[in-house]
Amino acid sequence: MASDALFEVRDLGVCFTTPRGRVSAVREISLEVRRGECLAVVGESGSGKSQLFLGCLGLLAAGGLVEGSARFDGQELLGPDAGPRRAALGTRLAMVFQDPMNALTPHLTIGRQLAEVVLERGLLDAATARARSLEVLRSVGMPDPEARLRQYPHELSGGQRQRAAIAMALMTRPDLLVADEPTTALDVTVQAQVIDVLRGARDRGLAVVLITHDMGVVAGIADRVAVMYAGRIVETAPARELFAAPAHPYTAALLASVPRLDTPLAARLAGIEGQPPAPGAEPDGCAFAPRCPSALETCHRSRPPLESLGARSVACHAVRLAPGAGP
Amino acid sequence: MAGSTHASAMTDGALWGDARRRLRGNRAAIAAAACIAVLVLAALLGPLASPYAVDHVDWTLSPLASPPSLANGHWFGTDSNGRDLFVRVWTGTQVSLLVALLATAVSVVIGVAWGATAGYLGGRVDGWMMRAVDVLYALPYMFFVIILTVVFGRSLWLIFLAIGAVGWLTMARIVRGQALALRQREFVLAAVALGLPARRIIARHIVPNVLGTVIVYATLTVPQVILFESFLSFLGLGVQEPLTSLGRLVAEGALEMETAPWQLLVPASVLALLLLALNFLGDGLRDALDPRLG
Amino acid sequence: MSEVATETLLRVRNLTVRFPMPRPGLVGPRPWLTAVDAVDLEIDAGRALGLVGESGCGKSTLARAVLALVSPQAGTIEWRGQPVRRDDAAGLRRMRRELQIVFQDPVGSLDPRMSIGESVAEALEALEGPQDAVATRARVDSMLAEVGLDPALAARYPHELSGGQCQRAAIARALVGRPKLLVCDEAVSALDVSVQAQIVNLLAELRRRRGLALLFISHNLAVVRHLCDDVAVLYRGRVVERASAAAIFAGPSHPYTRALLAAVPDPDPAAHVRAAVPELRAAAAAEAVAVVGCAYQPRCPLADELCRQQVPRLEDVGAGHLTACHHAGVRPAAS
Repeated sequence: MASDALFEVRDLGVCFTTPRGRVSAVREISLEVRRGECLAVVGESGSGKSQLFLGCLGLLAAGGLVEGSARFDGQELLGPDAGPRRAALGTRLAMVFQDPMNALTPHLTIGRQLAEVVLERGLLDAATARARSLEVLRSVGMPDPEARLRQYPHELSGGQRQRAAIAMALMTRPDLLVADEPTTALDVTVQAQVIDVLRGARDRGLAVVLITHDMGVVAGIADRVAVMYAGRIVETAPARELFAAPAHPYTAALLASVPRLDTPLAARLAGIEGQPPAPGAEPDGCAFAPRCPSALETCHRSRPPLESLGARSVACHAVRLAPGAGP
Repeated sequence: MAGSTHASAMTDGALWGDARRRLRGNRAAIAAAACIAVLVLAALLGPLASPYAVDHVDWTLSPLASPPSLANGHWFGTDSNGRDLFVRVWTGTQVSLLVALLATAVSVVIGVAWGATAGYLGGRVDGWMMRAVDVLYALPYMFFVIILTVVFGRSLWLIFLAIGAVGWLTMARIVRGQALALRQREFVLAAVALGLPARRIIARHIVPNVLGTVIVYATLTVPQVILFESFLSFLGLGVQEPLTSLGRLVAEGALEMETAPWQLLVPASVLALLLLALNFLGDGLRDALDPRLG
Repeated sequence: MSEVATETLLRVRNLTVRFPMPRPGLVGPRPWLTAVDAVDLEIDAGRALGLVGESGCGKSTLARAVLALVSPQAGTIEWRGQPVRRDDAAGLRRMRRELQIVFQDPVGSLDPRMSIGESVAEALEALEGPQDAVATRARVDSMLAEVGLDPALAARYPHELSGGQCQRAAIARALVGRPKLLVCDEAVSALDVSVQAQIVNLLAELRRRRGLALLFISHNLAVVRHLCDDVAVLYRGRVVERASAAAIFAGPSHPYTRALLAAVPDPDPAAHVRAAVPELRAAAAAEAVAVVGCAYQPRCPLADELCRQQVPRLEDVGAGHLTACHHAGVRPAAS
């Protein structure tokens, strides 16, 4: 809809200077996240989904360059003035990463790390910080929060560590949480619990960007989905519509590759032949064309633009969105 | 996660190509390498460029110790016995480098073999092997070298053997640490699952993967050895006449410091330059190779 | 399936593997972590057994024990009727020709300093003795082609290839000696979904073509479902349920199996709408602490006094379906 979008990205590109020249990780990305909704950004290795958000938040590795615009609540994060970004990051905009051990300092207790988030910025005093820590730990479903405050990260299980990392992100009551593969390193049962935690936070008004390659996880929480391939968005749609009727052949193939519990036993899995192009080695035309079962002649020559209709958009020559329920 | 689009993934690479690229970007290391190359060339060609022999006493000079001058062909001057310092300095550099390289080679060979074996085998074998290293470390090294030189005379071979025999201890420790870490890696497990015997695994899988570290520390060992040999010379235990080394020259020059400063300054400058360059190069190599070492 | 003689390739009986833990103080008994606890397993020629469980359940340790990479404290491992022991070099050599492994990290399981062609050639040489260079090259190339890799990639190094390609190379290395059983230790867990599907299909294809048996270790039940004939579920080192894949997926009888199945993220938003998932209370305390009674009871919705007192034994609940639970088959009250 109109810009009551909390987080808005326009024409964003991320590239890296490598010994082999400039290589693009991400190109011409435009998307938005509204308050209280969960946007899942889906893609496999090399799709650029992580680089996209690292770029928006100014967290790129050395040699990385961002161009384009990323606005958070109307304020430009990528402008010459780093003020809005510094102010937003860590307070209203928080990030959670794949490996919780990277977010948690091994030699400090959980309580200390949680409190630090708010004490550093002078947002709360010590007593209120402790109360907030307990509240946040409870909200992420951490068993026995008081005991956890005194424990060190290595004394917690993987799932508890990820909950603690999410709790740290929630300490400042952010408006947007970017979660980069938060469940990938976790066991299946723990995954389910962590998704539950994120879903609960979303239900309470937090906007969530979930970066993942796991379609099952996406189905559990996303309101809208953006599918990325070779550095570009190839499809966006509301979650239900995407799963029910994927428009882009890559999305369809990706969904078909996911092993399910309800298909006939020992059926052959529908993988996608070949592999994504390496960054910098994208072919002319559509990047997915070499692997696409529906590829037309024109797909190999010209890159399809992202076309929108209503809440859906797709970048494909072979598919036309029609008004009404799905393509 | 398989695959990655991080910049680090694009610029890294487990192998030498990318390490070379990184090294080339390191200006200090390149300058250091160039400097070393120049010094080595000078050491090899210098004595040939001068008309004087290394032990030729130039009786035409009065006093015998004469300062550097272009006129009389003694470009670095002469020492107190009238011998040309230019030739002596470069000959001395040759000897110092030779000792350093040979001693480092000895310590690398023994150290890598010892450390890789101990680290890979682990358990009690590792325990015993590294205790041996600890014991040797604790021995008063200087005492040993002094006793050895007194008993066996001050031959060049003895010098570098003695230095090498102690230098391998640190290398062994470093390599053992790396081997211990490598042992857990899955490609080593895969090799064990193939039924490869331990010595093959150590030779084909452990050693090649510690080479990066070994090169770095070997490059940093060379200046240490040169310094140590210089120290021995300073004590009067280094190489014998007519051979000379940078250390000997420095020792001799120090005695004449007040009256003939060039006798100290020239060899000391060459020594300092050599050591500095080697250390910079070693640092550069470590930066280039280390990120990928586990 | 095929008419391969149903020889029992691998028989594991009462296998127990323990690791010493650091002592809590200076004196006192040293605590041990029981990674694998009295496990029985059997794999017949040509069959695929899925070993399922989450981190810390001991499945990787079990795989390593089977390959004689670690020594068990108790129990026996028999390969084609012959006992396997780490001190029996000749026996191990024979076994290793027929039993190989593929690991989880595709890039890490290949020596970064060797090209993939060299890695496969080394395997060939290790398993079959020194070979003629030309013959080796030919076999390496044909093996790479069989796993779907262009033989021209033989000169490439692992870091130059994608995860999927590396895993194919690792499979090539494992299969070049024509083993009868392949252990896959989370072999597809680190791969993208579309690549995972490729590798699973490859494994199924190789099974069919070579009559290969599989010990497929995974925490992903959906993948196991596509590949395996039988399934064993491991929890804290013990087998809690074992049955044919059809039986387990149709009607799991152990609460943990049910929890695992319920937790598999279904790519279908409708399925996630407040599905009746048994409450999973997080397990407390370190694994080293010995639990009296059933190890699963802190998390189990059905746990009662009996569960807290007695360790349930693996019992047949019908048609060869084994379960270790005092309340096997009882479903928790639906919510």
